[in-house]
Amino acid sequence: MQANEKLDIREILKDLDKYAPRRRGWTWRRKVENLRLGNYTYSDCSEPLKQSVPLSAAKHFGNIDPQPDAVITTEIASGRFEDDIRRMRMAAWHGADHIMVIRTAGQSHFDGLIEGTPQGVGGVPITRKQVRAQRKALDLIEDEVGRPINYHSYVSGVAGPDIAVMFAEEGVNGAHQDPQYNVLYRNINMVRSFVDAAESKRIMAWAGMLQIDGAHNANATAVIAENVMPELLVQHAINSLFSVKVGMRKENIALSTVPPTASPAPDLKINLPYAVALRDFFTGFKMRAQMNTKYMESSTREATVTHVINMLISKLTSADIQSTITPDEGRNVPWHMYNIEALDTAKQTYAALDGIKEFVKIREDGYMKETVREIKERAVLFLEEMLEVGGYFAAVEKGFFVDSGKYPERNGDGIVRKIDGGIGAGTVHPRDPDYFAPVTAHFGYNNNQYEPFKETPAELIGGCTFEDRSKIIYIDELDEEDNVEKRLKEKQEFLNSTLVKPEVEWLADGTVVLDLTLPTSAAYAEAAAVKIAEKLNLLEPEVIHREVLHPAEATRIQVKGRVGFAIDLSEIELPERPAVLSDEEIKDFVRNHPLKIVAGTIGEDEHSVGLREIIDIKHGGIEKYGIECIYLGTSVPVNKIVDAAVEANADAILISTIISHDDIHYKNMRKVHEYAVERGIRDKVIIIAGGTQVIPALARSAGVDEGFGRGTKGSQVASYLVQRKKEMAR
Amino acid sequence: MPEKRIDDFQERRKHLQSLSDEELKNYFWELAEKVVEPLVEIARTHTTPAIERSVLLRMGFSSLEAKALVEKTLQRGLLGKGAGHVVFRYARLTGKTIRAAGLELLEGGGWDEVAKSFEVEHAGQ
Repeated sequence: MQANEKLDIREILKDLDKYAPRRRGWTWRRKVENLRLGNYTYSDCSEPLKQSVPLSAAKHFGNIDPQPDAVITTEIASGRFEDDIRRMRMAAWHGADHIMVIRTAGQSHFDGLIEGTPQGVGGVPITRKQVRAQRKALDLIEDEVGRPINYHSYVSGVAGPDIAVMFAEEGVNGAHQDPQYNVLYRNINMVRSFVDAAESKRIMAWAGMLQIDGAHNANATAVIAENVMPELLVQHAINSLFSVKVGMRKENIALSTVPPTASPAPDLKINLPYAVALRDFFTGFKMRAQMNTKYMESSTREATVTHVINMLISKLTSADIQSTITPDEGRNVPWHMYNIEALDTAKQTYAALDGIKEFVKIREDGYMKETVREIKERAVLFLEEMLEVGGYFAAVEKGFFVDSGKYPERNGDGIVRKIDGGIGAGTVHPRDPDYFAPVTAHFGYNNNQYEPFKETPAELIGGCTFEDRSKIIYIDELDEEDNVEKRLKEKQEFLNSTLVKPEVEWLADGTVVLDLTLPTSAAYAEAAAVKIAEKLNLLEPEVIHREVLHPAEATRIQVKGRVGFAIDLSEIELPERPAVLSDEEIKDFVRNHPLKIVAGTIGEDEHSVGLREIIDIKHGGIEKYGIECIYLGTSVPVNKIVDAAVEANADAILISTIISHDDIHYKNMRKVHEYAVERGIRDKVIIIAGGTQVIPALARSAGVDEGFGRGTKGSQVASYLVQRKKEMAR
Repeated sequence: MPEKRIDDFQERRKHLQSLSDEELKNYFWELAEKVVEPLVEIARTHTTPAIERSVLLRMGFSSLEAKALVEKTLQRGLLGKGAGHVVFRYARLTGKTIRAAGLELLEGGGWDEVAKSFEVEHAGQ
């Protein structure tokens, strides 16, 4: 796969029945001690990627892209797995190596495997075909970025063991598995949940899959999130210990932990002692640090700040996996760009906090000591009382869990489930004395009353699918209407074509967002914003965010809507890119034809960073080719820069202008041009204008020889100077 | 209705106060062990339709076949033997491959023979 080529979904779907995953099990990042990148030594980083998109500021640092040692997660599930594959590729390029696919609403109550590729709601129906296609695509993507990518979904609901088998066969690398999640949030019978879970976990253990538990849902559900801290320790302990007892290795068990509260609460004061208490108790297990979702509203900025603070806690304590929550999750099913924003937020924060434990230490006395101890004791008391009332099932029946009181305080609002209630009640059967299952990775009583086997009872049937994957029965599609082929056909005109439409989640969904500040109250602003969107011909406009700047003065509104048209790229003429000569060519020319330039930012413009980069030898500027540069400084008056060119007998004038209000930059270009004409040097001197808002064609029509916009390099300017000089000599 | 209670932590914690951090941690895991042990035991000695489907998947049946076979096994009251066991037993009785035996059971044939071999009464029929 080439970086400049789009991923071909049809190629992915081809011959899927013959695809076999290249590996099983989870992969951690490979930490590099004292990694050198650019001018820096990193303490907590892993091997860099072969190809990636670095942070935008990286251009000032030699385009370094430090990758933290923690695995970085992104959750992708728009309902159409084929579109999600493209987002996975984007995510991998921004540093994700753990791709989590959310299941469609209702899958946990589906008794069996779903097959084919139906469209989902709020997630994707997890099926063998969909899993295969995505794992196959991730094989290509991981080769492209040069780092293994872990693929992950959910082993829960009433078909946990079925899904676990399918995942093991299809090379899924990690999964959520926690029977308590079924019980509390999916109302699945509790006995069924635990019996199923033992089998699921045993299968996951065989496949080397990483398990993530479901405890974090308690703080997303509880009325006051921070009050469930003692219970969280208990939930983690129940799932973790149960997993160990059915055969899972501790290092494959990850605790899903979320800092329970968020600012404006004193975040660290409450969340940090909790994080410490958890890590004290759960040594040897892995920590999957998730970000807070409980207090997310529609502001992506506010969510991002909470998430950065969450990661400060990760770095001050520990995180083997850093999950990311898209900052738009408070207002919609995540969009492409917010997966990327969340990943960049994680990458940026982790780079910023690199090595923090070498110079910052959490205190172990006073407030921290007392608070950590209190959380632990409350958790111990919770377990004590569970045993007093008769164990786990009895405690759930009495509403112990997700009570909003800070245990042992109880508010009587916990979730109550009955031992004989819920989905799947009455489906648990005792195994008879002659019970037998001739397969690998089966948990529990298994009476082989036949001939003995060496390693697995599956030997009695010549190996099961875990030994011989040719035995897997692959089902392609079951629904003639609801499948990927139908959906691709509908999008045919946009597949591998020059037609483009804006999109946020699905190919050509047409969605755009307007960001408006209206000088009125929130209620009027909201209504007016919809009117504006309608006048702009946006279809189905809907307000997705409002922010009061002042109750009367102004409100910021974001409106989404769809555009009804597409753009044909074949009708677009791209602005020409300046040709770049080789360093040798430029140096040769300058050696034989010495060049001198005068430069400065003109008008009232104090922004000199861009110009210095074009000139200075230390930034790879034009000085390095031997071009003599006379830098006049910032806010140089127009006549002064032209006078200086006359006096120095310069070959060129380089003006830089960032400020663009009222087109002041083009006006100044014209003034320089006109004054050069007036001084009689215009036919001898080259005038070049640069700046982030400069469009070359407009600069030329403002009278200068050439304009250079955002991202220009010294080599481009030097190349132009050389070529223009050659033309002028003719 | 679940219980309501004011925070009596100071009262309840008295017996924990003297424990060192290490002792408290060990005690936490001892209690967790006592909570989890009975759950593991139930799992060890019981099965469910989902577990049996997962066994049949591993034996080389599709998800649709596995679901139907487990339903038939339940109707015959044989789930306690293991749905995979039923197929395995029928394959042994007839000399057929596992897959052929399972497909025949799916078609409705062979159940009496299997049930007889397990010496159980026909439940639900």
